[in-house]
Amino acid sequence: MDRRNFFKSAGAAVAAGATAVCEPARARGNKPMPPDAVGLLFDSTLCVGCKACVAACKQANDMPPEVSTEEPLWDTPLDISGKTLTVIKVYKHGELRAKDQAENGWAFVKKSCLHCVDASCVSACPVKAMKKDERTGVVSHDKNACIGCRYCVAACPFGVPRFTYDQAIPQINKCQLCQHRWADGKYAACAEVCPTGATLFGKVADLKEEITRRKSLKPGTATTFPRGRLGGPDQSYPGTAATYVDHVYGDKELGGTQMLMLSGVPFEKLGYPTLPETSFASQSETLQHTLYGGLVLPIAFLGGLTWAARRSVKGDEDEAAAAGGPHGQ
Amino acid sequence: MSDITLEQIASSAQAIERRLGISRREFARFCAATATTLGLLPEAGAQIAKALEKAKRPSVIWLHYQECTGCSESLLRAEHPTLEKLILDVISLDYHETLMAAAGHQAEAARRQSMKDNKGKYVLVVEGAIPTRDNGIYCKVGGHTAVDIVKECAADAAAVIAIGSCASWGGMPSTDPNPTGAAGVSKVLGKPVVTIPGCPPNPYNFLATVVHFLTFGSLPAVDKLGRPLFAYGRIIHEHCERRAHFDAGRFAHEFGDEGHRKGWCLYKLGCKGPETYANCSTIGFGDVGESNWPVACGHPCIGCSEQGVGFAKPIHATARLVGMSPPAGYPKIAEDQGKTSFAAAAALAAIAGAAAGATAMLARNLGKGTTDSPAAPASKEP
Repeated sequence: MDRRNFFKSAGAAVAAGATAVCEPARARGNKPMPPDAVGLLFDSTLCVGCKACVAACKQANDMPPEVSTEEPLWDTPLDISGKTLTVIKVYKHGELRAKDQAENGWAFVKKSCLHCVDASCVSACPVKAMKKDERTGVVSHDKNACIGCRYCVAACPFGVPRFTYDQAIPQINKCQLCQHRWADGKYAACAEVCPTGATLFGKVADLKEEITRRKSLKPGTATTFPRGRLGGPDQSYPGTAATYVDHVYGDKELGGTQMLMLSGVPFEKLGYPTLPETSFASQSETLQHTLYGGLVLPIAFLGGLTWAARRSVKGDEDEAAAAGGPHGQ
Repeated sequence: MSDITLEQIASSAQAIERRLGISRREFARFCAATATTLGLLPEAGAQIAKALEKAKRPSVIWLHYQECTGCSESLLRAEHPTLEKLILDVISLDYHETLMAAAGHQAEAARRQSMKDNKGKYVLVVEGAIPTRDNGIYCKVGGHTAVDIVKECAADAAAVIAIGSCASWGGMPSTDPNPTGAAGVSKVLGKPVVTIPGCPPNPYNFLATVVHFLTFGSLPAVDKLGRPLFAYGRIIHEHCERRAHFDAGRFAHEFGDEGHRKGWCLYKLGCKGPETYANCSTIGFGDVGESNWPVACGHPCIGCSEQGVGFAKPIHATARLVGMSPPAGYPKIAEDQGKTSFAAAAALAAIAGAAAGATAMLARNLGKGTTDSPAAPASKEP
């Protein structure tokens, strides 16, 4: 093929591609909250650090204990892992004078999947093993479809999906809001057992209503706190309204999450980073779809490369033709 | 104290043997047990023995008001010493409405006589709350209101001990709406007194307080509510035998369920252990060991000794955790990562250096290969 012919065919291909499939690329924006979204509300001020959620989660999900102490006495995970889907961590500062205070205080925080409305792990998964339920919004993982690429591990801004590196046939594990227990009328085990309602299960809309109620209470006044599941049997108990930082974690972060959090200590100190309101999934998908939309840019780029390559080998071809034979060796 | 030998204890105990009619062994056991309850050194047992063998028994006046006599009943069940040994031989119980033989004016006269004879030396024990509303007319003994009698008796007492929650802070009679204005002794007297709250309190907490007074001539160290620190210094939750279940998140969710049958934590059933100061879990009741107390029997603590908890909060209401401290063993927000040791860093540096050296040598040799090989261009010739 000579240069003229090459340009002809390359130009034709680009034109065909552009006319056939190209749509104008545009930012897709954050995905909306699923209609029947369910989630958790974790209120750090109510948590007493009993770890009932950690124990119940292990039992409900049939996970092995994880020992971090010298003596293997009981389950002591240091973080979520392939064997642990939720942990209670403790924040400590200075003289530890009071709970739920950032300066010279301490607080408990729960770590587990936040079930993002626009989840990075779902966006990153190349085989749709990581899925977000269209109705309930639960981010679940299909281990049979998973190819073990661990893109989800790298993509999640909260470090939630974890890989069981120590197993012969490893897999990804993450919280799936105990979906497998719903058929029996049960719900997330962590919320089911929480003795203080620090972890509460329910529809995201109801949880948000509860958050508004709690935040509107004057700190120190008597109130009641629901336990277990919002909309389920009444298990509420009397308590005292707490002082919260003016931030509901998960309300806006990365387009929102279905696990929401209240705390008396700023969330950056509890290991929850400050994040933009635009989801990473929408940003990366916009970028990718712009670059690869209709394969226009890749084809143009390939064309450019080919042209440059042919131009630089032209001299060799002429020499070879002049010599009347192929190269030696 | 260290100069008191076992032989001396033995000889001094002989006097008590004769007087109390108990064996030396039994007496020594009482002294040692009391010293233990008080959290004293073992030698204190000898000191206690010495104090108790004194011939003169201290006079005790025991008043009863709004109560169920449960505290006296609790004391009746003490085994070392038994109540009759206590009131007849260790102390001189000059006035106790339930136990005294005298009645009517005779009884009141005995009280006045005792107060006169032992002015400034007797111990006043109050059992039951004192009604204060309407000038205290809701409880009268011998035509006098409880308020008046308590004030009269306390004026010349060497020590005032409030036994039971009712006398300590009002207890059950003071439960909302508190129609009689029931109040504790310290509130009526307007000064702090030693309180032994509980419904009923453990008899040994009372006995140990009395024996401490007899032995050392002073009352034991107390907290701001007048509770002896040896018994009420810690919350039940801190030394509960079921604490490990709380820490491991194993809870009984309802009576008779799997967790309840397995002896798991009763917090979710409303246990008030986390907000109640008492030594129930370590001392036990009924002299059958420390495993005999409400929580060990499978019922959540109701916080009977704690004002604002017992008889105030519903039994199955969730307790507020007081005196919480962050657990040492819990994961931190960011766990420390393993640090690189010097040896590992040196080994890594050595490997990196070797690799760099090898690359440099290879690059140099590559250059040589093309220039030093005269055969290469020749092979291009056809």
